[in-house]
Amino acid sequence: MTAKNLADGFDPNVSMPDANGHFGPYGGQFVAETLMEPLAELMDAWQKYRHDPQFLAEYEDDLKHYVGRPSALYLAKRLTEEAGGAEIWLKREDLNHTGAHKINNCIGQALLAKRMGKQRIIAETGAGQHGVATATVAARLGLECVVYMGAEDVERQAPNVYRMKMLGAKVVPVTSGTATLKDALNEAMRDWVTNIDNTFYIIGTVAGPAPYPEMVREFHTVIGKEARRQMTEQAGGLPDAVVACIGGGSNAIGIFHPFLADSAVDLYGVEAAGDGVETGRHAAPLCAGRPGVLHGNRTYLMEDDAGQIIGTHSISAGLDYPGVGPEHSWLKDVGRARYVAATDKEALAAFHQLTRCEGIVPALESSHAIAFATKLASELGKGQKILVNLSGRGDKDVNTIARVEGIEL
Amino acid sequence: MSRLQTRFAALKASGRKALIPYVTAGDPAPEHTVAIMHASVAAGADVLELGVPFSDPMADGPVIQAACERALKHNVTLTDVLSMVSKFREQDQETPVVLMGYCNPIEVTGYEAFAKAAAAAGVDGVLTVDMPPEAGKSAFAAMRAEGLDPVFLIAPTSTPARLQSICAEATGFVYYVSLKGVTGSAALDVDAVANKVDQIREYTALPVGVGFGISDGATAAAVAGVADAVIIGSAMIQKLQQAEPNTPALEAAASEFLSEVRAALDN
Repeated sequence: MTAKNLADGFDPNVSMPDANGHFGPYGGQFVAETLMEPLAELMDAWQKYRHDPQFLAEYEDDLKHYVGRPSALYLAKRLTEEAGGAEIWLKREDLNHTGAHKINNCIGQALLAKRMGKQRIIAETGAGQHGVATATVAARLGLECVVYMGAEDVERQAPNVYRMKMLGAKVVPVTSGTATLKDALNEAMRDWVTNIDNTFYIIGTVAGPAPYPEMVREFHTVIGKEARRQMTEQAGGLPDAVVACIGGGSNAIGIFHPFLADSAVDLYGVEAAGDGVETGRHAAPLCAGRPGVLHGNRTYLMEDDAGQIIGTHSISAGLDYPGVGPEHSWLKDVGRARYVAATDKEALAAFHQLTRCEGIVPALESSHAIAFATKLASELGKGQKILVNLSGRGDKDVNTIARVEGIEL
Repeated sequence: MSRLQTRFAALKASGRKALIPYVTAGDPAPEHTVAIMHASVAAGADVLELGVPFSDPMADGPVIQAACERALKHNVTLTDVLSMVSKFREQDQETPVVLMGYCNPIEVTGYEAFAKAAAAAGVDGVLTVDMPPEAGKSAFAAMRAEGLDPVFLIAPTSTPARLQSICAEATGFVYYVSLKGVTGSAALDVDAVANKVDQIREYTALPVGVGFGISDGATAAAVAGVADAVIIGSAMIQKLQQAEPNTPALEAAASEFLSEVRAALDN
């Protein structure tokens, strides 16, 4: 194979996941028996509607008129100059309604919920972006909505908590375990198992039991499909590299997936290195974890020697998760995507840099991607093109950043 | 015959129903667990279910979550739990012990290594909550190779097709989750349980245990009217939690609660 980064283990003609929701050895359905039949029903509904012209027309119509798609592709000229190398192109998911990519998936799953006759929507959230997006679609469809959020995140993402409440959602702070995103997911699963008859669980990332990793991916590939077309039209060709931040990995898989078969396009996922991967205080399972089973799927995890899931750390609540979507684990193993990490400090610096030189306030999550992209740009040099998924906007992070920097608002 | 088969056969012969208490190993502290196990047997427990603490007990309600957190404060590992079973076996070779927990600690240990160590410690059955039959074929094969019974959950949502595949894989006994919800939930409908247990018996001759939502002697007796075993977890842990955290007080709490349930079952 002549491709410079197409690893031997990756065959672009093999479609993942398989019929049982496996991405190589990852994924699957590791849940208690009570959820097996509801998951089978969800799988049936998903398979029935994913190619249904009416369903797709409604989804696409909502993306266009409600979300505001296609989102812009923007050449960050001053950032490119400052980085001093490859061109940096930003896929502006921050311009979507509700301020992040998360809404793409919520629109899709809510349309599915409606067709399945479910009256109640639940979700977990970390930074609050998925919670806000879920509360938004629930408000629009007149559905009851309950959002589970780690108590620590409720504290650090107060503006989003208030937004969710205004949208009519009930926000339940979760105090068990480490009181962050993973515990919110546990609690949402417990709610689902108790209320399966009337409840649809909108998982916000490409993790969880099958069919979620694939379904959430499919609702986000619109990002990569648009970006691929826009790069050809505006930049004169495909990018040399695509960069995205990774918590669970939904924005990354959304932009990566349409490029998987393009062997000349390098894919980089940027995890949260927190205080530094070497300190142990981070949220980088692909860089420093190992495979295990959590939240219904087999994937790379942050765990101790006894198999207990360990606490994570990141300045960004949306990346503060000890697992990652199973497809990323597979892409790592077969070598099709590379996974790196950016520290809190690097993300903060990137946040300020983009704000100052482009007038774009990025989410702290997306700032991790910006941090790595500027480094990569200087390594790659002029004449190359980097596509960065600017997955969300940073309005929600203003309080956190002020606090970190000792500024009283 | 395995310890589980022997025990259930003896119960059947004497017309009694099995009482299966659940405790989380290492709660409130590791040094009490073996004593609580012995006290439970003395008070009438027929089989012991020993919870392996996990950081993310997705199928458990607040009571067992808190028990896991207390045990994990003492860094109780799967290896520690097996040591507790070994120690229990020094004095009791007859009472079957079933581990109940989640996949990941077993994944980390490795299926074969775990199965060998568990069998050597004197474990009889393993219920892995987040490993339904289709998810763990190789794990279950490793367990069977060491003479361990993989125990499976059956839920109110399990369809006839699922009942068939679960019962085809199960040995020891099957565990019917009496309601849609997490462990320690409140409302258990005995008639609904009876209907489902009848349905389960069309697919297996194994004993059927019922758990999730059984909190006192009266409910236990009602459920025992239709099932072969009643499993009591959250209520048992609550009783232990109300006791002073020393071994004699915990033994007394286990004994008092289980004697009461035993009496209700035998009446």
